[in-house]
Amino acid sequence: MGQQVVNGLFLGSIYALFALGYTLVFGVLDILNLAHAAVFMLASFVALTLVGRFHLHILLAMPLAVLFAGFLGLLLERVAFRPLRARADSNISGLISSLAMATVFEAVALEVWGPNISRFPFGTVPETQLDLLGAVVSRLQLTIVAVAVLLFLVLTWLVKATRLGREVRAVAESPRAARILGVDVNRAIAAAFFISSALGGAAGVLFGLAFNSISPDMGRSVELKGLAVIILGGMGSMPGAVLAGFALGLTEVFVTAYLGASWRDAVSFTGLFLILVLRPRGLFGAAALREA
Amino acid sequence: MWDQLADLYATYQSTIAFIGINSLLALSVYTTLSCGQLALGNAGFSAIGAYAAALLTMQAHWPFPLAILAAVAVPAVVAVPLGLPVLRIRGIFLAIATIGFGEVVRLGLVNWDYVNGAQGIVAIPQKTELWMIYLAVAAALFVLARLRGSKWGFALEAIREDEPAARTMGIATTRYKLAMLVLGAALAGLAGGFEAHFTFMVAPNGFGFGRVVDMLVYAVVGGSQIYWGPVVGAAFLTLLPEILREVAPLVGIEPGPLRLLVNGLVLLAVILFLPNGMVSLPRRIAEWRAARVAARSAA
Repeated sequence: MGQQVVNGLFLGSIYALFALGYTLVFGVLDILNLAHAAVFMLASFVALTLVGRFHLHILLAMPLAVLFAGFLGLLLERVAFRPLRARADSNISGLISSLAMATVFEAVALEVWGPNISRFPFGTVPETQLDLLGAVVSRLQLTIVAVAVLLFLVLTWLVKATRLGREVRAVAESPRAARILGVDVNRAIAAAFFISSALGGAAGVLFGLAFNSISPDMGRSVELKGLAVIILGGMGSMPGAVLAGFALGLTEVFVTAYLGASWRDAVSFTGLFLILVLRPRGLFGAAALREA
Repeated sequence: MWDQLADLYATYQSTIAFIGINSLLALSVYTTLSCGQLALGNAGFSAIGAYAAALLTMQAHWPFPLAILAAVAVPAVVAVPLGLPVLRIRGIFLAIATIGFGEVVRLGLVNWDYVNGAQGIVAIPQKTELWMIYLAVAAALFVLARLRGSKWGFALEAIREDEPAARTMGIATTRYKLAMLVLGAALAGLAGGFEAHFTFMVAPNGFGFGRVVDMLVYAVVGGSQIYWGPVVGAAFLTLLPEILREVAPLVGIEPGPLRLLVNGLVLLAVILFLPNGMVSLPRRIAEWRAARVAARSAA
């Protein structure tokens, strides 16, 4: 029981990190960035290459991979989203252009790293195990949960208390009003993409370390689960995304333990579907007014 | 001459069949797009049609035409109770809810032992003929062509342009949207039934999120403003891998990544520069040319 809770929290922290970035862009732009999972995957590969080929320590490789992911976010914004911003159907065409970028990213990964599963070299992270209230926890798992919580706190501070955060929130409210008030809208949106993709990249590196299995299609399942998480948490709500991420992680671990692994994904998507039909604003989202 | 044509046909029979099947799938996404709704449950509908038809021909020994009718009818019936609550949701949320529906169908099939779970149904008799597929494509195009300019067609356009305004004008938006969802489900199911009886097998993982993305890409690349655009897109993108297989050794990239790369770049180019799809290319070229002429005469 205690062991399941620990495993669920650990899995949930990765979902939460992934969904935080996803929901940040949605909150600001009302756009679903379907390339988020591809950034997640590329960051994981970059960390792997830095550790495996350039023999960097993981504590150095990870921030570099996260930074790389952030720059991918800037690229995405510039190529796939900014040119479409003036269009009336920008939230649907943006979804499609992000899909195109995801395909390109996946093609790059397939060409550079090949279709097979890659692994971090042995000893990248210490394999120490700790005993926590009767449950076995590895140092890596604890670190992952700690990093996730830390990044969430940093992001909350960034959005709530800094000038940049205020600008991003102003743009989320109304890009036009923000521009009139002297906010550089393009810069604020680019910043949101940088942060969002960096968080997605961090989730990717942690996921790669946790399961030690990196492949060009590793983002696919997380992408759809990330959708479930941001819907459950309420689109655009950051605390909602974090809580829903942990909730999904715990649910999956318990469903796997009591119903079997093949039911794990069915439960999350049935939940996603029911939430959308019964309570579309999610558990923590505010009700949307006229959406036109 | 005829021998060569026969050879060509034998080599590319499967590609030709898939152009037709993918056209039906692209049209199934187009139906809901034509009233401005991004519904992405069509891989699920296609799976329902494929499994229904395969079970009926193999277990119940139904004649093929009846099984194909069931492949149309079963997903269409499923679409009604799905659509009534789901179509109240709009925009991205509708897309996500229908993606959820598609995944639930796929995972339900994975967990259904009677149909062999993840392995799927194998050894389905091959009964699909090319003429059947293309007859179906022609029929679908005919129906969609007749919609244009009719009262229905104008209602769909009104809903696409501004749904609240359309409702204010007295258009029963939900009924129209539901009808298009049901039509799309029927087309997707039909494609699934044909595919099952063409490739001998169906498996749940052939109907995942990636499949519905493919359908959307066909419709968008071809052009989702006019009924025959999705068919152009499906034909182009189904032929593309055949061409790239020849080109791949020349550019030194493996065929798999190259296909993904070109698909991604084509989609990006279309959404950025040709929002109305490939079918709008001739008009765009004419516009560019006119603008150049105008610029020259001004100078």
